[in-house]
Amino acid sequence: MRVARWTRTSKLFTGGTAAVAVALACVPLVFESDLVQKLTTLLILVLLAAMWNALAGYGGLLSVGQQAFIGIGAYGTVFFADHGVTPYLAMVLATLLAGAISLPISLFALRLRAAQFAIGMWVIAEVMSIIVRLDQNLGAGTGISLIQMNQYEPNFRQAYTFWLALAFTVIFLVALFLLLRSPLGASLQAIRDDEDAARSLGVRVAARKRLLFVLAGFGCGAAGVLVVANTLFIEPGSVFSVQWSAYMIFMVLVGGLGTFEGPIIGAILLFAIQTTFTQGGPWYLVGLGATAALFALALPRGLWGTVEERLGLRLLPVGYRVVEAKGEERAA
Amino acid sequence: MTLLNAALQGVFLGAFYAVLACGLSIMFGVMRIINLAHGDIAVFGAYVVFVIVEHTGVSAFVAFAAALPVMVVLGYLLQLTVLERSLKGGILTPLLATFGLSIVIQNLLQLTFSPDVRSLGGSAGALTTASWQVTGGLSVSALGIVVLVVAVLVFGALQLFLSRTRFGWMMRATAEDADAAELVGINSRHVYASATALAVATAALGGFFLAIRSVFDPVSGPTQLIFAFEAVVIGGMGSLWGTLLGGIALGVAQTLGAQVHPQFSVMAGHLLFLVVLIARYGGGRIALRVAR
Repeated sequence: MRVARWTRTSKLFTGGTAAVAVALACVPLVFESDLVQKLTTLLILVLLAAMWNALAGYGGLLSVGQQAFIGIGAYGTVFFADHGVTPYLAMVLATLLAGAISLPISLFALRLRAAQFAIGMWVIAEVMSIIVRLDQNLGAGTGISLIQMNQYEPNFRQAYTFWLALAFTVIFLVALFLLLRSPLGASLQAIRDDEDAARSLGVRVAARKRLLFVLAGFGCGAAGVLVVANTLFIEPGSVFSVQWSAYMIFMVLVGGLGTFEGPIIGAILLFAIQTTFTQGGPWYLVGLGATAALFALALPRGLWGTVEERLGLRLLPVGYRVVEAKGEERAA
Repeated sequence: MTLLNAALQGVFLGAFYAVLACGLSIMFGVMRIINLAHGDIAVFGAYVVFVIVEHTGVSAFVAFAAALPVMVVLGYLLQLTVLERSLKGGILTPLLATFGLSIVIQNLLQLTFSPDVRSLGGSAGALTTASWQVTGGLSVSALGIVVLVVAVLVFGALQLFLSRTRFGWMMRATAEDADAAELVGINSRHVYASATALAVATAALGGFFLAIRSVFDPVSGPTQLIFAFEAVVIGGMGSLWGTLLGGIALGVAQTLGAQVHPQFSVMAGHLLFLVVLIARYGGGRIALRVAR
């Protein structure tokens, strides 16, 4: 009997995922810009879902305020671009800014638990929204355009933005994947399964949570950057909206909280729903809210978590499994 | 004098926040959960009153009296259908489930009543407009007094209920240790559901005050939830009288903040909340019930 991480299926699938990423990179060369813009939206959702899952699924931190970082990313881009930085460089700077701001926020936010943390983060997002509304240079309450993007021809602009979205998504997913597979990752998964037990075994819970919080700060900042790059216009009412949290919660709960693959599936599902019901509207949101609540109550491991449990399937392995000598497998 | 008047108006505003927060405080005290749909339930209550007024033409106060039993029953059912199940999950489950519920309520209201802004100020009679000028610059509105008096009565009644009645003792016993309470014959399901019914009823009262003091629309809920939660935290989670004081502190912070800059009103409340949150709960001392 031995302990193994990879199976033939997971090797094939991880290889396949890498191949998909490469294939996606070629999309702007072949397809028209409408599809490119839609795929950018999908990548934003994947990134957001993965980051929210890193927080809630592994750190037990349920944030209703990640839109704070989405807003910093988006407004940071406008701010740097207005100060003469090339738009795409401004986007990288704004992502770094969001990550940098998440560190001081983590110093006090992480001392809170459960509802205090959830609503505390929400209030922090509201405070940021008010600060933006007070600043005329950022368009105050009426919003602002990223006019510097006009220097690019639309097709090229959409292609560049898509590549940036792909780069961000790959970087953050690979970072999370490697983090979860490292010795640190084992302690993160221990915190996910039982925080008190992990602490009693000597896991430095606070430091681990900080790592996840800052990673999610960077990731959500990157998503905000992509939002403004993709839509070219932002206003505080929508970019700081708690609706982002609703989307993140839906994707992660339906896909599978605390699994690596689940949030990606959840993001694809949400994207499919959004493109089907293009009208959006209240019924669609009623459906999202009700589905999220039902999953929380009845199927807390989500679609992927349930599949994983039943079939012992791991496609992007971050855990280990016990393999019996003759090659017969059993989930660890 | 303007500052003094601002503080006085803050007390009236704060009494309203305290009424909104009361139910949140009850549910946290008894079940250790925060209902993220609390603000939307308050707004839902306002719509129930609105519908009764529209269809019968009675005064808003009569309509509220009619709406109250409906809200009590809905609260009881909310516990049995959604919250009871969520208590069996981890500490995050009630938050996730009630957040989903919040989105459902907001959008169902949107579908039923359109996104238009409404008010019940017109059907509450002369009360909403009457006010007195006390010596130099101090003004006291009749509605402000009513809200303050009702707030004190509600909190006083709850205090008496919890300290003097048999059912109040049962509620405190269940809050202390639900399993032990079951052992001595208390039906904790019924106690929990009654607590939620009480919370929903007071939320409806908050929504009613919102509707006669100012305006509401289907998405007013989240803001009310944030203010209510801020009042609970500022006053100290789990303390009933604390919530009343916390609400008043929040109201005063907001009206004084507005003296600095009109846009700074809500911000001042948020800042007070964050400071208290860190000072009080930053040490990780708060006792949270582990998932049962």
